[in-house]
Amino acid sequence: MASNGSHLRGGVAIVGVGQAGLGEAHGKTEMEILVEAAKAAVKDAGLSMRDIDGIATASVGATMWVMPVAEYLGIQPKFVDSTMIGGSSFVSHMLPAMMALEAGLCDAVLVCYGSNQRTSTVGRAGIGKVRAVLDPQPYENPYQPLAPITSYALAAARHMHQYGTTRTQLAEVAVAARQWARMNPEAMMRDPLSIEDVLGARMVSDPLSVRDCCLVTDGAGAYVMVRADRAKSLAKPPVYVLGNATATWHRQISSMPDVTVTAAQESGARAFAMAGLKPSDVDVLELYDAFTINTILFLEDLGFCAKGEGGAFVSGGAIAPGGRLPVNTNGGGLSCVHPGMYGMFITIEAVRQLRGECGERQVAGAEIALVHGNGGTLSSQSTALLGTAAAL
Amino acid sequence: MPQSIPAVTDPGPDKQYAEALAAGQFRIQLCGGCHRHVFYPRNICPHCGGDALAWTTPAGTGTVYSTSVVRRKPDAGGDYNVVLVDLDEGVRMMSRVEGIAPAEVRIGMRVKARVAPAKSDTEPALVVFDLVGEG
Repeated sequence: MASNGSHLRGGVAIVGVGQAGLGEAHGKTEMEILVEAAKAAVKDAGLSMRDIDGIATASVGATMWVMPVAEYLGIQPKFVDSTMIGGSSFVSHMLPAMMALEAGLCDAVLVCYGSNQRTSTVGRAGIGKVRAVLDPQPYENPYQPLAPITSYALAAARHMHQYGTTRTQLAEVAVAARQWARMNPEAMMRDPLSIEDVLGARMVSDPLSVRDCCLVTDGAGAYVMVRADRAKSLAKPPVYVLGNATATWHRQISSMPDVTVTAAQESGARAFAMAGLKPSDVDVLELYDAFTINTILFLEDLGFCAKGEGGAFVSGGAIAPGGRLPVNTNGGGLSCVHPGMYGMFITIEAVRQLRGECGERQVAGAEIALVHGNGGTLSSQSTALLGTAAAL
Repeated sequence: MPQSIPAVTDPGPDKQYAEALAAGQFRIQLCGGCHRHVFYPRNICPHCGGDALAWTTPAGTGTVYSTSVVRRKPDAGGDYNVVLVDLDEGVRMMSRVEGIAPAEVRIGMRVKARVAPAKSDTEPALVVFDLVGEG
């Protein structure tokens, strides 16, 4: 019988994080900003790039991406993972790395990502055209849903119909994210944003307006994982991986059994079981908010409120600074950074919160963080629970 | 001696579906193992793992499960509708509802399938939906 993986709890720690090229990285390639982030993460850990013997990465465009990354860095890795499941990839990369480290197959795994989709000459539209050929969805593409916005819009519309969720409640998510972003010097969008601004913004795919949608930015991020015994002697306080699980129930929105219930229900339950924790133990949440409906769906599916009550849960500034639950404290994909795949950046923010490095936006006394990555069209869900030494 | 290359001559479910659609026929599959309907067309039943899938003509009637209006500039063709429809046979598909303003499509509306002929090589024959008369 399958185990819940609790023997892996706390065996591995994230010991270094780094970011580069956030916002607009003019004149730099994806590889260049990825490597800048990787160097920053390795330095943050007090390690050298020569210490890295495992690499996990993924790219929107390059299917064999771990090889050019290893080649560029001059590393001949003992462990590679190039699994690409969309934006959640860099959360889901934790578990295979933990297993490889625990098994002693390698000693230090670098998880890394970079994208210059905002400033690149090959923009989102170009990638979309290529994907339609290489990754066809012949039962959806002819109807021209905007990829991926319309799929999320269909989920939002159904959630509104079924549970009475309102556009104002969706707007609460965007406004809360902006309020957090205003306290993050690295966030791209830091102007004030009101509920009215969101409701009055240009509609893209009803019921989602442009302010219900994440940013399109450049950016790179990286983190380094080592076994817990080694982590204690490195430069920064270790952030232990207490649980990680990934679930997928569909690829295309028309094949999603119920568009108001995501596989986060399963990934969350498994990650909590591995960690031996429950939602009320969590001090800070970093949820993949590609669209405002995501945050509501994930709060429900991860057990922070009942199904259908996510809209009411986020109302009245409840997830904004000073609210009842700190969610997306970097400003989220909605207001901080979103270079195509965002799972890397929620992981980095959670690590920084648990180290107490977040300045004005620091959640006081944060010991346990939940990171939740999403990919495709609500298609891949990966949940991680991270904790300080006090959480072990 | 010339070598003969083994050739598979019977088309797969994707091509069979497309060919029927091009001929004006909308078909879905029914699993002989678990007796559930299947869409999109496959060569394995996603419900039971069996492979006794047979073509069947659906009633064509269904209910709008969710709907969106994709906003597009008028000179690019204007706004258009994208829906998810639950056919009465229990399968869901993406489509659009025609003959009504995109924003007037509502969840719960009863609709009926129609095969829209191919417009060009890039826009093949498609299943679209019309409102079922109020009558």
